[in-house]
Amino acid sequence: MLPLPFLVVFPAVVAALLLLVPSDTWRRPIVWAGAALTGAASLSLLFLSPATGPFSIPAGYEMLTEGMFAAEMAIAVFLAYLGMKYRRYLAIFLILFQAGLLVYFERARAATGHEVAPDLFVDQLSLVMALIVGIIGGLICIYSLGYMATYHEKHPRVPDRRRSFFFLLFLFLSAMFGLIFSDYLPWVFFFWEVTTLCSFLLIGYSGTDESVKNAFLALNMNILGGIAFAGALIYLATVDPGGGLLHLHSLIRSGHAVALVPAVLIAFAGITKSALLPFSGWLVGAMVAPTPVSALLHSSTMVKAGVYIIVRFAPVLTGTMEGLIIGLVGGVTFLLASAIAISQSNAKKVLAYSTVANLGLIVACAGVGTYRLVWAAILLIIFHAIAKSLLFLCVGTVEHRIGSRDIEDMTGLIVRMPRISVMMFIGIAGMFLAPFGMLISKWAAIEAFIDAQFGLAFVAILAFGGSLTVLFWSKWMGKIISVCPVAERVENRISTEKWVVLTVLTALTVLVCLAFPLISAHLIEPFVLAVYGQTTRLSQDNITIMVMMLVLLMIMPFSLLLYRDEKRIVPAYMGGRPATPDLTFQGSMGVQRHVGLCNYYFEDVFGEKKLFMAGSALCFGLILIVGTLTAGVAL
Amino acid sequence: MDVLLAVLFVVLAPVIGGLVAGIDRKVTARMQGRVGPPLLQPFYDVAKLFEKEQILVTPSQNFYITAYLVFIVVSGALFFAGGDLLLVIFAFTLAHIFLVLGAYSAYSPYSFIGAERELIQIIAYEPMIIISAVGMYMVTRSFYVADIMAAKVPLISYLPGVFVGFLMVLTIKLRKSPFDLSTSHHAHQEIVKGVTTEFSGPMLGRVEIAHWYENVFLLGFIYLFFAANPPVAILVVAIVYFLEILVDNTYARVTWQLTLKSAWIIAGLMGLANLGILYYLSEVLHV
Repeated sequence: MLPLPFLVVFPAVVAALLLLVPSDTWRRPIVWAGAALTGAASLSLLFLSPATGPFSIPAGYEMLTEGMFAAEMAIAVFLAYLGMKYRRYLAIFLILFQAGLLVYFERARAATGHEVAPDLFVDQLSLVMALIVGIIGGLICIYSLGYMATYHEKHPRVPDRRRSFFFLLFLFLSAMFGLIFSDYLPWVFFFWEVTTLCSFLLIGYSGTDESVKNAFLALNMNILGGIAFAGALIYLATVDPGGGLLHLHSLIRSGHAVALVPAVLIAFAGITKSALLPFSGWLVGAMVAPTPVSALLHSSTMVKAGVYIIVRFAPVLTGTMEGLIIGLVGGVTFLLASAIAISQSNAKKVLAYSTVANLGLIVACAGVGTYRLVWAAILLIIFHAIAKSLLFLCVGTVEHRIGSRDIEDMTGLIVRMPRISVMMFIGIAGMFLAPFGMLISKWAAIEAFIDAQFGLAFVAILAFGGSLTVLFWSKWMGKIISVCPVAERVENRISTEKWVVLTVLTALTVLVCLAFPLISAHLIEPFVLAVYGQTTRLSQDNITIMVMMLVLLMIMPFSLLLYRDEKRIVPAYMGGRPATPDLTFQGSMGVQRHVGLCNYYFEDVFGEKKLFMAGSALCFGLILIVGTLTAGVAL
Repeated sequence: MDVLLAVLFVVLAPVIGGLVAGIDRKVTARMQGRVGPPLLQPFYDVAKLFEKEQILVTPSQNFYITAYLVFIVVSGALFFAGGDLLLVIFAFTLAHIFLVLGAYSAYSPYSFIGAERELIQIIAYEPMIIISAVGMYMVTRSFYVADIMAAKVPLISYLPGVFVGFLMVLTIKLRKSPFDLSTSHHAHQEIVKGVTTEFSGPMLGRVEIAHWYENVFLLGFIYLFFAANPPVAILVVAIVYFLEILVDNTYARVTWQLTLKSAWIIAGLMGLANLGILYYLSEVLHV
C-alpha cells in the first residue's frame, strides 16, 4: 500500500521544489508533473481494494507525532509573529490559547507513555475525498499557472510571490491527504491546522489591507474551531488515559456515551471550517484572493475538510438532540445563504454564498445523520466539488478577459466568449437543474428527510431554499445567454492550461451525472453499508429516466441546425419605437436613448445585511444550545 | 410504469388542453356579457400561428422553446405513466427554466422583465408543489403517481390544507389573474406579453401547445387528491377550473411582491401546517 503515505508526502515534496525554482519555465513542468502524479496516485487508490481497513506506518511513530507537535508550535510562533506585525491582538490571543491547550495535551499524552500504533487508513469516504483533492485540486494547480501569469500582468502592484503561492497550493493538497487518511486524532488535528495556515496565507496573498484583514478574519474563525478540536483531544486524553480513543475508528465505535462530547466539539470545528453561519464571513471575505485560491477553498480543500469530519462523525450524532441542532444550523444556513445569494451581483460572491448554502445542506444531512442522509451528503460533496470548481475557474477566466466579475457585465457572454459561456452554463445547470448532480442529491435529501425524526422542518427548508437557488442561478444563466447582436468576440488569448482544465472539468460535470449510479454503487453505498448496516440508492427506473433526460439535453442543441436557414432576424420589440439592434431607440423630442437591462436583486427582501444578522443570531443561538447540552453531558 | 397512459397523454393532452382553453374563453366571455368565440377557436389560432412567417430576434430562441415544449411533454408523460412525483416536478421546473431562458436570450426589454417575473413566479409556486408531493407521500408512503392513484383512502381527507395551498399556486400556474405577472392571455398589458413578447408565428404556437399540455398535467394533479373516487374527482376538477376562471375575471393583477408573499404564506400556513398535523398524528399518536 504505497499510495497513502505517498499521497501525503509527495505533494509536500513538490511544494518544496516549487519553493526553490525561481521562474515559470521550471515551475510549469513541475506543476504539471506534480498535479498529474498526484491525480494518478489518487485514482490508483480506486483499484487497490477500497475495503482495506486501517493499516499502520511501521517506522518512528513517536518521532513523527513529536515532529508534528514541534511543527504546530512553530506554526503558532509564526502566526503570532504575523499577528504582532499586523497588530491583530485577538488573533495572537487565540493562537496562544490554542498553543497552550496543545502543550497541555502533549504533556498529558507523553505522561502516560502509551505506545499506540498510529494508522493511516482508507475507506470509501476517504477515497471519495482523495479523488476530489487529488484530481480537482491538481487541475486547479495547473489552471493557476496560466491564471497567475495574467494576474500579475493585471495587478502590477502586487509583489510577485508565485513561488510561495505554488508552494502553498501543493502543501494544501498534502495536508488534505493527511487529514483524510489519518486515523490518529492528533495527526488529524495537525493537518487540520496546516490547512488553516495555508488558507490564511493564500487569502492574504496580495498583501493589500483588505486581503490582510480578511485573512485574519479567516484565521480567527478557524482557530476558534481549532480550539474546540484541541478541547476534544484533551477531553479524550482525560477520559481515556490509555489513548485508545484517540483513534478515529475506535472513538466512533465507542458509542454516544463517550464519543458525543468530542464529536460535538469536532463538529463545531467543522462548522467553522466549512463556514456555516455565523462563521460564513471568512469564506465570503476569502474571495479577495486570486480566483484559483477560491476555487481550491470552495471545491476541494478547506470547506470540504469541515464537512468531511462532520460526515465522519455522523453515526455518533445520529438520533441525538445535539446532532439535530447541528443539522438545524446547517439547514438555516442553507435557507438564508441561498436567499442572500439572490441579492448579490458579484459572481464570486454568488458562488461563495451558494457554497455556504450547500455546505449547510451537507451538514444538515450529516447532523441528522440517518443512513439515507449520509448517502445524500456524500453525493452532495462530490457534485458540489466538481461543478463549483468549474464555475470559479470560468469566472476567473471571464474576469481576466472582460475585466469584471460582476454578473451585470456578463450580458451576452455567449456572443463574446461562446466556449466559456457554454462551460459556465453547464456548471450552473450542474448546480440546480434536473437531471444534474446537485439536484439528484437534493432530491435524495428530501426523500430521506421525510422519514427522519423531526425531518419535516428540513423538508420545508429544502422546499423553500431549493426554489430560492433556482432564482439566482437562472437569472445568471439568463444574463450570459442573452444574445446581444453588437457584442464582439473576445475569446482569444486564453492560455492552453486554462482550456485544458476547463474542458476536463466540464466533461467531469456531465460524466459524473451519467456515472453517478456507478459511483454510488462502488463508493457511497459500501461506505454507508459498513457504517450503518443498511444502505440506499435511487430506484433503477428513476436513474434510467434521469439518464434519458440527460441524453435528451445533450442532443437538443442540434435542433439549432434545423433552423439555420429559414430565419428573418428582426430587432427586439420596443413598444413600436424605431430602434437599433443595440437597443438604442428614438425617445421623445427626438432624443436617442439607450436601454439597459439589469437583473432584479431584491435588495430590500433578500438583503445581505439583514439576513446575515438574523441567520447569525439564530445559528449562534443554536450553537450555544448545543454547547450547553454538551457541557451538561461532559460534566 | 404505464407506458400506454403516457402515450395517451402525449397524443390527447393537446386536444383536451385546447378544448379546455376553448371552454375557458367561452365561459369568460359569458361572464363578461359577450358571446365569445367558437369552442374550437384556440385550435384555429394555433393553426394560424403555424402558417405565419418565422420571425426571430435570435435563432437560439428556437432551441429554448423547443426544449420547453419537449420537457413539458416529458414531465406530463412521466406523471401519467405513474412515475416519481418529485422527478416530475423537477422536470417541470427544468421546462420552465427553458422558457425563461428563451425570453432572456432575445435581449429585449419586455421579454427580459417577463423572464424575471416568471422566475419570481417559479419560486413562488415551487415550495407548495413540493409540499403537495411530500404530503401525498406521507399519506401513501410512496412518491409514485401510480401508487398514489391506487391509494384506497381519499387523499383530500388527509390533505385539505395542502389542497387549498395547491389551488392558490394553480392560479399562478394557469396564468390567471391576479397572478398573471409574467404573461397573460390578454394582449398588451403592463409589460406587453412578458416572456412571450419576442416569440411569434410557429414559435408562439409551440408555447401555446406547451401550455395546453401543462394545463392537463395540472388538472391531473388536482385529480390525484380525489383519485379514490373517479366521478367525484372529475367533478372537482371541473369545479376547480370554473373557480379559476371566476377568480381570473373578478380580480385585478397584483404586484410580484404580493404574489410571492401570499404564495409563501399560504404554503406555510396551509401546506406546512397540514403536514405538521399529519406528522403529529402518525408519529406521536400512531393513528
